[in-house]
Amino acid sequence: MQHMRTSGPGDEVAALDVRAVSHSYGQKRALNDVSFSIAPATFTVLLGLNGAGKTTLFSLISHLYDTRHGSIRIFSHDIRRASGEALRRVGIVFQARTLDLDLSVYQNLSYHASLHGIGGREARQRIAALLETVDMQGRQHDKARSLSGGQMRRIEIARALLHRPSLLLLDEATVGLDIESRAGILATIRKLVQAEGIGVLWATHLIDEVEDADHVVILRRGDLVASGKVSDVIRANGGSSIRETFSKLSRVDAAGMTETLP
Amino acid sequence: MSAPAMPGKVAGIMPLRSEPFGLRHYLICLKGVVLRECLRFLHQRERFISSLVRPLVWLFIFAAGFRQVLGVSIIPPYKTYVLYEVYITPGLCGMILLFSGMQSSLSMVYDREMGNMRILLVSPFPRWFLLVSKMLAGVAVSIVQVYAFLIVAWLWGVKAPPLGYLYVLPALFLSGMMLCALGMLLSSLIKQLENFAGIMNFVIFPGYFASPALYPLWRIQEASPLLYKICLCNPFTYAVELIRFAFYGQIEWLSLGVVAGCTLLFLGGAIIAYDPSRGLVIRKQDMGGNA
Repeated sequence: MQHMRTSGPGDEVAALDVRAVSHSYGQKRALNDVSFSIAPATFTVLLGLNGAGKTTLFSLISHLYDTRHGSIRIFSHDIRRASGEALRRVGIVFQARTLDLDLSVYQNLSYHASLHGIGGREARQRIAALLETVDMQGRQHDKARSLSGGQMRRIEIARALLHRPSLLLLDEATVGLDIESRAGILATIRKLVQAEGIGVLWATHLIDEVEDADHVVILRRGDLVASGKVSDVIRANGGSSIRETFSKLSRVDAAGMTETLP
Repeated sequence: MSAPAMPGKVAGIMPLRSEPFGLRHYLICLKGVVLRECLRFLHQRERFISSLVRPLVWLFIFAAGFRQVLGVSIIPPYKTYVLYEVYITPGLCGMILLFSGMQSSLSMVYDREMGNMRILLVSPFPRWFLLVSKMLAGVAVSIVQVYAFLIVAWLWGVKAPPLGYLYVLPALFLSGMMLCALGMLLSSLIKQLENFAGIMNFVIFPGYFASPALYPLWRIQEASPLLYKICLCNPFTYAVELIRFAFYGQIEWLSLGVVAGCTLLFLGGAIIAYDPSRGLVIRKQDMGGNA
């Protein structure tokens, strides 16, 4: 078992603590004894090629799947035993689009607010403020169907922030977006970490989304192969850049095959 | 997207210890789920029209044609001979509830495929409460459709006692709950939207025709004792009878018991099926688990 702490002082409550988590789909193992923790107010990139287990890990953290092996704690709340308390602290942007296309932007956000027990004036105020944050003010009455991919993502980010989570999970949030939209979304999330102290777990297979100041968790075929500050991971693996290190760590040993980076 | 300026403290974060949810929060959640279902219904006008047209076709065409063929003797709750149109009206109300319940199951499969279901399932409220809310939302939409049908039927001259329209509301509610719960349970078993046609063939049509919705049970018993026994095993039979008696201000206790019991049974099954350790995981495993 590899247990790695990405950052933070030793006695601080971890934003996310994943311990010895394994998960299988029938005979196929998707996660194998994965352990890591992330500190509050840090931007952590969950790196892995397709099939590495990122989405499975997200499904376990968000309690869509049951954690049968190992434990997951969000600000010390166990996702199995206190799922309500844990989920109150998490905002999630799923890889697949999850807006209701038949409803307006406001109706989508208002629905999410109600799912967190937020209604009335408070919901309206939060929606207005967050639409401004994601640069979508004045679009609340637009049908979700009429938005571009990048705009939908921004609305989904606003939605994930509505209940003021302390931990934000984003699964491949920039997939399918143009470079400008990707950069904008990434910048918005990074600013949230600094301005609001939100911990972020950003799953991606795109190495150029990692910055030197970030923390990384690298998965390969369900195994955790590295975790920590980018500089520490590079140093520990004898690389010169995170791209090179990720390439090396993502290499599939079996049959001498090597997967290429995007 | 250009990186927008952050306008001050936009979100804030939740403190480590937060107030537990109270009744007010639960009501907000319930209201939100019901409102969303109603909005979706309003946005899908074709769904409303088809839900209205289906029973009206039966009432205007089928019932008119069969009025002379099928005689309905005096059976409770009727105290005199009634027109065939009057006889089948409770069955048609049940038909709307049945189709609407299955429609809500279809919408859950659609939501799951489109990813919307995840938003519901990651809410911090208890899973059972979310599913009950979803069910209540489906029932609310069903009842609106039933009353729209009853208004048109009334204009057509098919009338129940005036207070019957009020008395029938609890029966519609309970029957709607049972059928929505059944739909929810079935939705957990359907892997893909395309498989929904099977529900039509194996649940809706047999459920509807093997019931007293179109013909009294005594007539079915005369024609086929086996079919009669099948009808007695069909929960929809009891929903129709519950509605029929309620129109006349009466409670059919056996039907009430069966409908209430089946509601609890189907709802319990749906809650288990949507438990994270079973429903979604099992489906994912079946699909090969693309992580």
